[in-house]
Formats: sequence, C-alpha cells, structure tokens
Amino acid sequence: MAMLERITEFAVGDVQADRVVPPTGFTATLTLFTAGAMAFLAVFALALSLATGRLADRWGSELALSSTIRISAPAGELAAQTEAVLNVLNSTRGVASARALTDEEQKALLEPWFGPDLPVETLPIPRLVEVIETREGYDADGLRLRLAAEAPGAVLDDHTRWRRPLVRAAVRLRLLGWASILLIGASTAAMITLAAHAALAANAQVITVLRLVGARDAYIAQAFERRFTLRALMGALAGTALAVVAILLLPPAQPEGGFLTGLGFQGWHWFWPPVIPVLVALVAFLATRMAARRTLKAMP
Amino acid sequence: MVELENVAYNYGGGELLSDISLRLQPGSFHFLTGPSGAGKTTLLKLCYGALVPTSGQVRLFEKDLREMERDDIALMRRRIGVVHQDCQFLDHLSVSDNIALPLMVAGRDLLSEAANLKELTGWVGLSGRATAMPPELSGGERQRAALARAVIMSPDVVLADEPTGNIDWEMSQRLLRLLVELNRMGKTIMIATHDLALIRAAKTHVQARVLRISNRRLQLAGADL
Repeated sequence: MAMLERITEFAVGDVQADRVVPPTGFTATLTLFTAGAMAFLAVFALALSLATGRLADRWGSELALSSTIRISAPAGELAAQTEAVLNVLNSTRGVASARALTDEEQKALLEPWFGPDLPVETLPIPRLVEVIETREGYDADGLRLRLAAEAPGAVLDDHTRWRRPLVRAAVRLRLLGWASILLIGASTAAMITLAAHAALAANAQVITVLRLVGARDAYIAQAFERRFTLRALMGALAGTALAVVAILLLPPAQPEGGFLTGLGFQGWHWFWPPVIPVLVALVAFLATRMAARRTLKAMP
Repeated sequence: MVELENVAYNYGGGELLSDISLRLQPGSFHFLTGPSGAGKTTLLKLCYGALVPTSGQVRLFEKDLREMERDDIALMRRRIGVVHQDCQFLDHLSVSDNIALPLMVAGRDLLSEAANLKELTGWVGLSGRATAMPPELSGGERQRAALARAVIMSPDVVLADEPTGNIDWEMSQRLLRLLVELNRMGKTIMIATHDLALIRAAKTHVQARVLRISNRRLQLAGADL
C-alpha cells in the first residue's frame, strides 16, 4: 500500500520541483528516441521469443506423438505389405491409431516439389502409413523387429532423428529472444545513464544554486528521476505502439507459412506488449536514480 | 549560531586561513574585509557549510559541521541566507520564481506564500520586474533579487559576499539600507567586502564589527564604526 502511494506520488509529481530543472536539452531527445527504439526492438524480440516458444512446444508435443512407416515394395506387393503393416500396428501396444495415406494425400505432400500434375499412380512412390501414439508410446525397437518379419519393405521413422535438432533450435531461438530482451534492457539503462550524467553535468550550476537555497539531494535527484522516467515512458509508449502496428500488419499465421507467418502475439501473449513501456520506465527510473545519486555524492 | 574555533583551511597545497576563531552572535552585524584573495569568500563558505575546514571546528546552530549529513546541511542552509557576488540564478525561471526558490525546495505551497512573496519583492523594489527573466536584470536588480531570495525563508543569518561589487554607489547604498533593515529585524548579518567606503557609510546606520583577514588570520580591524 505504501509502495502504491509512493508510485502514485511519483507519477503525479511535484509541479514546483519539476520546474527547477531546465526543460530542454539534447538529453530529452536522446532519451525519447532511445526508449522508443528500444521498446520497438523489445516488442519484436518478445514476439520472436514467444513464437519460437510456441513452435518448440508444438514440435515437442505433436511430433513426439506421431511417426511414419514408409513401405517400399514392388507394385504387386505394396498392398499386401501395407495390409501387413496395419495389422502389426493394430496389435501393437502404445499405438493409438494407424492409417495409410491415400494417393491424394501423398500427392499433396509431393506437390510443393513436383507441381500439381504429378502422376502418382505411374511412379514407384513408397506408401506412407501415419502412426499416432498413445501418451505412453510404443517400443520402437520391438516394432521394427516385427515389421521386418511381416513387411520387409517397411521402415519405421519415429521422427526423433530430425525432431530433436528442430526442437533444440527452437528452444535456443527462444533463449536468444529472451537474451535479446535483457540486452535491450541493459542498453536502455546504459543510454539513459549516459543521458542522465550529461544532463546532471550540464545542470551543475542549477544544482549548485539549489543546494545553496537548501535543497536536499533527494529533492534534486527526484527532479531528474521524474523527468527521465516520464520521457522514457513516452518514448517507449510510442515505440511499442509502432511495433504492435507493425506486427498486426504481418501476414496471419498459416500452416503453409510455417514459422514466419506465426511471428505475432496470440491469446494471452497480448498481455506482454503493454508491459514493455512500464519496464522501460522502471529501467529509466533506476538508471537515473543511480546516476543522480552517484553524481550528487561526488559533487562538492 | 555560527561559531568557528581555531579553524584552518588549506587550498592549493598552502594554508589559506589559519587559526580563525569567530562567533556570530544573534542580531550582530559584521563586515569582513581584506585584500582580494585573502580568503573572505572561503571564510564565508566555511560559515554556511559549503567547505569543511582542514582543521579546527565549525559549529552551525550548535552542531559540529563534520558530524552533519548532507541533508542536515541542506536544512541548515534554510536558516542561513547567502548572497553571492554573481548572484547565481536559474535563468529559465522568472525573477519571482527565483526569489521563491527556497520555498519551492522546502516544499512550501507557493499559493499560500504569494502575499509574502509579493511583499518581499516590493520591499527590494522589484515589484515591476517580478515576471522578468534574470538575464534581463541590471546588476543592482540582480543583487536585490538575490537578497530577497536569501531572506524569503526568514533565516537567522544572512551572509553576503561582495554584494556591491558590480553595482554603482547609489545602488550599494540602497542594498546596504536593506541589510541594515534586516539587522534591525534581528537578523545576524555578515558582509564580505573590500569596499571601505561602504563600511564607512554603514557606520551612520548600524553598530558593526569590522573583521579583517590579514596574513591568513582574522583580526578585529575596528569597533564602533
């Protein structure tokens, strides 16, 4: 409650105290621009991080529960081996369902590479069987042995080989996103610290006069803290708004588009962009506070 | 009130002031004189806690300066008004706001102090210049504005460093009369000046002690002016 009161007091401010520091200067523009640019970048880093997080989760869960059996056999034996594979799968513990892909589905899978007029029926294309596992999963080694006995042309691909690096890459990308947000925060703090130092140095005479008339250092520091925090908040609000508009203008998420079209925010993730200006303001407040107190302490 | 006991202050590797003892009694009037560079400004700064002595003791309102925190010094400054030769205004604020600056930093409500502010601005003869900006003021007006700012918190002590240094004789006399008037209200006044004519002129108005800094030490130059 006391904290809330202090935050309200700080936000409302002391009009008289705000006037004692000259209102203009290059640090004002620098702070506004830095906060805006950093908020813009932070929104994109956040979107990237959340999107890769979703991707990693989806790949991790959906692909983990599915696998494929590829049956390569002479045309006369293909149907029999497919039947044998389905029989084996139906009697395998840990397999929730299994079905052979139709010619149309296989054609659709090949279409991106060979075009829409592919004569599937005339080509020696292996038959694919989609296997959906239960949560417990099946014994892959045992299934391979049984398939080798019942359908020699069948090869089980449980996706592990290519799924793991993809999930790992997505997780790394998400971490990079978060690391970028931290770096953006640190850069914001550094830039605002520099701006605050410059402002304090430029206003050394003002500080001398304020001290001469009985101003406490906390009063002087607060005048700078408020000014830089509010400037950073304004800049960050503008930067965040621009970034959100840019994200809204991105193409909507589509299965065919894969990762690139799913870069925006979804569901409760929209809660995060409004938090960014608040965090930028907090970073600005802390950076200015430390800079002001350190500078004032060092001044005679 | 303001006491210095065996104070020495070193500056630039040498001793600027040595063995200074001084006590400013309530309601007293002092002139501090001496040649340029003798240490008058330094001594004034020691009197309001802007400098800490190299040795010896400075007591401000019964408190040892060395034991005072920065906040204590800030609060003490509200009881000691200071007028500098260069006045030191905030150029982005009007004359009226500059005079009211001590009220602002003390968190006083300017609206409720408006009548006092107006009266004080009139007292120093700046009623017509209240909305002007400091760079627009003449030397004499700046000194009077600085004096108004120094006394707006009704301090016990007023220290003035060469207040007549940049103004003509007539304006010096006007400023002196204001300082004498403050002294009659019970304020303790100390004026650092090398203007002996000003000191002589003051003797018609006030009983003042004249202190002189000579060879780093403080001497009584003359009593009962």
